[in-house]
Amino acid sequence: MRSPKARRGVASVAILLSAGLTLAACGGDDSSEATGKTNTAGGTSPGEGKAECEQLTGFGDLTGKEVNVYTSILPPEQQAHEDSYKLFTECTGAKVNYEGSAEFEAQLVVRVRSGNPPDIAYVPQPGLLNTLVTDTGKVVAPPDAVAKNVDDFFGEDWKSYGTVDGTFYAAPLGANVKSFVWYSPQTFKDNGWEIPKTWDEMIALSDKIVQEGKMKPWCAGIGSGEATGWPATDWLEDVVLRAAGPDVYDQWVNHEIPFNDPKIVDSLDKVGAILKNDDYVNGGLGDVKSIATTTFQDAGLPILKDECAMHRQASFYAANWPEGTKVAEDGDVFAFYLPPMSEEFGNPVLGGGEFVAAFNDEPATQALQVYLSSDVWANEKAKATPAGGWVSANKGLEVDNLASPIDRLSAETLQDPDAVFRFDGSDQMPGAVGAGSFWKEMTAWITGQSTQDTLDGIESSWPSS
Amino acid sequence: MSTGEKLVQLVIVIALFVGVMAVVLVIADRLKSKRGESLQTVAFLLPAVLMIGIGLLYPAVRTMYESFRNAASTGFVGFENYQTIFTNGDQLTVLRNTALWVILTPILATFIGLVYAILIDRSRFEKFAKALIFLPMAISLVGASLIWKFVYDYRSTENDQIGLANQILKSLGFDTYRFLLTDPWNTIFLVVILIWVQAGFAMTILSASIKAIPDDIVEAAKLDGVSGVRMFRYITVPSIRPSLIVVLTAISITTLKVFDIVRTATGGNFKTSVLAYEFYVQSFRSFNNGLGAALAVLLFVLVLPIVIYNIRQMRRLEAQ
Repeated sequence: MRSPKARRGVASVAILLSAGLTLAACGGDDSSEATGKTNTAGGTSPGEGKAECEQLTGFGDLTGKEVNVYTSILPPEQQAHEDSYKLFTECTGAKVNYEGSAEFEAQLVVRVRSGNPPDIAYVPQPGLLNTLVTDTGKVVAPPDAVAKNVDDFFGEDWKSYGTVDGTFYAAPLGANVKSFVWYSPQTFKDNGWEIPKTWDEMIALSDKIVQEGKMKPWCAGIGSGEATGWPATDWLEDVVLRAAGPDVYDQWVNHEIPFNDPKIVDSLDKVGAILKNDDYVNGGLGDVKSIATTTFQDAGLPILKDECAMHRQASFYAANWPEGTKVAEDGDVFAFYLPPMSEEFGNPVLGGGEFVAAFNDEPATQALQVYLSSDVWANEKAKATPAGGWVSANKGLEVDNLASPIDRLSAETLQDPDAVFRFDGSDQMPGAVGAGSFWKEMTAWITGQSTQDTLDGIESSWPSS
Repeated sequence: MSTGEKLVQLVIVIALFVGVMAVVLVIADRLKSKRGESLQTVAFLLPAVLMIGIGLLYPAVRTMYESFRNAASTGFVGFENYQTIFTNGDQLTVLRNTALWVILTPILATFIGLVYAILIDRSRFEKFAKALIFLPMAISLVGASLIWKFVYDYRSTENDQIGLANQILKSLGFDTYRFLLTDPWNTIFLVVILIWVQAGFAMTILSASIKAIPDDIVEAAKLDGVSGVRMFRYITVPSIRPSLIVVLTAISITTLKVFDIVRTATGGNFKTSVLAYEFYVQSFRSFNNGLGAALAVLLFVLVLPIVIYNIRQMRRLEAQ
């Protein structure tokens, strides 16, 4: 019951309704137009005069107000997020209530449709944001200050992922880099292997490791419960970026070319040359089919036992190494950038991230949106994450504030002027494909289905409307 | 809404409920005439009818309505969603799996329960044997699936096994087998989990029913020289027929709604999805409301006759 009117009159009729029926007035109102207008609560902000509160003082005194944040980010990462709101509370007086859920994707849409949306949601997929905007119409555009922050601190591409049908809705929050190959610096040194700089070098290295016979060059695993298959979609996306280029990638993601275009077939075959090659996989885990049943969390661990040499997985895999593993350039494990296939397309980087969507335009909600999109928050968050495991594409983020070497490498990769960044393709596609047939067909592909059948299957599942 | 506000609201709602009920009771108490009694009935029934209307009928009708609309529920598509269920390859696999589940589980679980009940009937260790097979009933389906996931775990033959089933295969000199990966057999291995859980239920009901067969019938049969399999065929089974049907139909309904096992064990991968799970996936993962609703309606249509038959048999059982 956020609207002042409802709060003032606790009329029995209203209670009766809220008890049994869905009270439409209770949820956010239906206005989804892009106002860009800044709402203020009036009064003097508690942060008046403090330099780091500069952007937030305009919202007035928000003492006693609360903002509910709904996300899929769970402990242990949750703590760092909650810690990063301290400055916000000091500046505005408003409190942030953090609610994480493992069922976030399914529950958010249900909550929004039933008129009980959170104030703010951290949406990890542009495809889901698109669904929320077009299907429910309940997402409210942020004030102009947010758009300005995004223009100042993020690339054009990042802004476009938070934009639906030409209207900017959601500012980027965190980010991760997927184009990484995990390896053991020690093992590489002992065997005299060099970190490959091109795709061909990487294949040559793989062949060399096969010949030496001490271990398999690759290990992989795509098991992830209901989401089984997603690591394989990342492989394909990374290779499409390298073999066919960013333009083809964009057309493919937006379905301007069919999913089973010959260029994509070629890319998937290139993935198959590694993942479906019994000589290359699956170090310490079994044959090719074992990729389907090995969870992605377990998949890289054979590196520590010298059973495989390389494991392609995102920066966030850092959290999966057992306690005591040193993740550093001279440590037990580290990652190198998945090399490009040709110079033609620069250094493609595949990544992901979350976006801040709001469901009302209350001053406290807008203030939090402004705060989260600022360089101030990015650095606060970095400092609040002493154990590492978080990075942002925010250019105002000082790399020195990041605790772990892999986070610094990720931030440098994201801020590299030569980098051609693209957002995870499956996260941008409609749910039926991106969280459905793409996962499922890639799983079938690993267990033996042909490349052509796999891509044909996904193409036929693309929603027509 | 803060916790305090919610609590206040809760208290107000409860007070309101008590108030309404008090008014109903007072009115009902005042009216003592014939007409008053029917009014009383109406007053008492009304809340229940309203609840059923809001909680059951409205969602049911709404689901049927949505099943004729598109993915985002914004326009009508006629029977397209139903057409998809019966023509799309993936959906046909779902139907095939559901059929496998519904045919195998009730028959096998009931059969195993029945044979077990007869074998242990009046034996010395009956109570212990009953407890043994009834125990899985106490485990949630998710828990049972997790246990069996370990049983089915696969490692290639040369590695050390952590899965019981594959260790047995290996000890016998066979190659290890991917129980959850190879379709369509993986569905059957999932069915085993539900049978493991449900056989105890079948055994309990049937055992009680067997004990209820009058002794004079059994003795008369014995005097006529009936024993062994013929006793089972001509005396036991006909005597417990109503309970058999109740058990069969009850397990059928559980089976049609099976969701937990598929979600926990395979996540619907490797062609193991079933109706109840696919309905969830389409509605909440793929955001295809129309198809999800159509699958739900199909499930409803399939369960309905079994439920009706089940209720009739229950009534007959009670009448006996």
